Amino acid sequence: MAIRKVCGIETEYGILLRGAGEPNPITASSLLINAYVARLARQASAVGWDFEDESPGCDARGFAREGSLAPEIETHLVNAVLTNGARYYVDHAHPEYSTPECSDALELVRFDKAGERTLALSVEAASESLPAGQSIAIYKNNSDGKGNSYGCHENYLLDRAVPFTRIAAQVMPHFVTRQIFCGAGKVGSEAVGGGEGDVTFQLSQRADFFEEEIGLETTLKRPIVNTRDEPHADAQKYRRLHVIVGDANMAEISTFLKVGTTALVLAMIEDDWFARRDLTLRTPVAAIRAVSRDLSLREPLVRVDGSSITALELQWELLDLARKYGNERGFEAVGEDVGAEILRRWEATLTALEDDVASLSTQLDWVAKHQLVEAYRDRHGLGWSDPKLAALDLQYHDVRPGRSLFARLPMQRLVTEESVLTAITEPPTTTRAYFRGRCLQRWGPAIAAANWDSLVFDLGTDPLRRVPMMEPLRGTAAHVDTLLERCRTPGDLLEALGSTS
Amino acid sequence: MTEREQKRRQTPSQPEEAVEELPAASKQGDKLKAELDDLLDDIDEVLEENAEDFVRSYIQKGGQ
Repeated sequence: MAIRKVCGIETEYGILLRGAGEPNPITASSLLINAYVARLARQASAVGWDFEDESPGCDARGFAREGSLAPEIETHLVNAVLTNGARYYVDHAHPEYSTPECSDALELVRFDKAGERTLALSVEAASESLPAGQSIAIYKNNSDGKGNSYGCHENYLLDRAVPFTRIAAQVMPHFVTRQIFCGAGKVGSEAVGGGEGDVTFQLSQRADFFEEEIGLETTLKRPIVNTRDEPHADAQKYRRLHVIVGDANMAEISTFLKVGTTALVLAMIEDDWFARRDLTLRTPVAAIRAVSRDLSLREPLVRVDGSSITALELQWELLDLARKYGNERGFEAVGEDVGAEILRRWEATLTALEDDVASLSTQLDWVAKHQLVEAYRDRHGLGWSDPKLAALDLQYHDVRPGRSLFARLPMQRLVTEESVLTAITEPPTTTRAYFRGRCLQRWGPAIAAANWDSLVFDLGTDPLRRVPMMEPLRGTAAHVDTLLERCRTPGDLLEALGSTS
Repeated sequence: MTEREQKRRQTPSQPEEAVEELPAASKQGDKLKAELDDLLDDIDEVLEENAEDFVRSYIQKGGQ
């Protein structure tokens, strides 16, 4: 039986410091996050990150990395754990926000949006301390338009017993084709190898940057299926599928479909649902680019048996299998209500993509952006290489309310703004993030360090004491609220938990 | 006929509803177009002043 698809999104944001001479994105990112954390520190609600259990170089295929670059953890850079259970830090040369663990796609939409708001608040906080003439802008996208990409990574909890080779093979067709509803849209192309002059607009920000089918890399020769094996949970029971192929979405419906359909497909893989139908594509790397460049959604892709199928047809096949799966097995793995909503929106979206793409302009990023760019181009008679269109593309993703073009569009929402603002500081109630967030709210100064799977308390007298959190679905409000209410101090809590040093 | 087409055709009462919904849908389309026109009207004010410099200065190395 498929396990609950606990999920999260980590977003690397683009950052632009202006008026400071030579730009230094690492310094700018640190300044940004420090400004936000300094604001919070007055409430003592942010602590340092604990790196003890981090091992991003482990490979899900079961072998140690050889000849590949391990992602480095730069422990000297800013790292903070927030009271909503999120992690906010400098990664490489970008500010990065990792949502807390969520138990369904709708909840993740809310926390992903809260991340955007956190970045906007950080810009506000940083601008108070910037010298006159300097300003910081933040973009939630995946490319600088010059061949440099940065990621929006999703994570899904999987059963360790399911062979990784099966997961990789069976999720691949979804990763190649889901961009028809979760692509964020891009003016032009940045693919290596040239000959791209005639690509005016494509579905995805990221498709240009994928060169391998399966692998451990995230910064070079990016693979469609990433093999990082670092579960941040009981490694005997779980794996965490680290998905690097997606775009950062502004539109809530795009995010919901991206996460919802993927969680459902992964649950189906766990229950060996694809034994009935093989949707494998012959050349996924070529296909992911072809799909991104095909605004008609009619480009045939070649299957392993030599027959052809379009991205849209492949998504209809997946939906059909998912519907049967729901009927027979239910939606427990993705949340019963949310599962039904995923199916409903998935079908409505595929129908609209087939019959009336323009009707999705208030729902999906790539459609909204395409319509905006086309209308602007039309009005001013601009060629596709005009920098104004590239500026428009970039500014669609600006997180500052006054500058964001996305914010000016009448986009449909799935969560209320009030619930998003709550999520900036309040943790989700249905995963271990609840325990992390509540402890930080109540006893921040007594928490020396935090990680996804532990909290380390410093009571001032004893040695540091680590509370392990190896089960992502324990530590929920239902589990720990009574306990937390009973404890007045962190000492009470540790005593009640019976933790050892 | 593929399995999917059969399934979609079996979906009850879609054609009738679609006919009834048409005026509403096109009204909504007009509204969206008007909103887009408004947005285009002020987009030059919102858009970064020197698009060429702005786009050129946006360089993001070292991402994943």
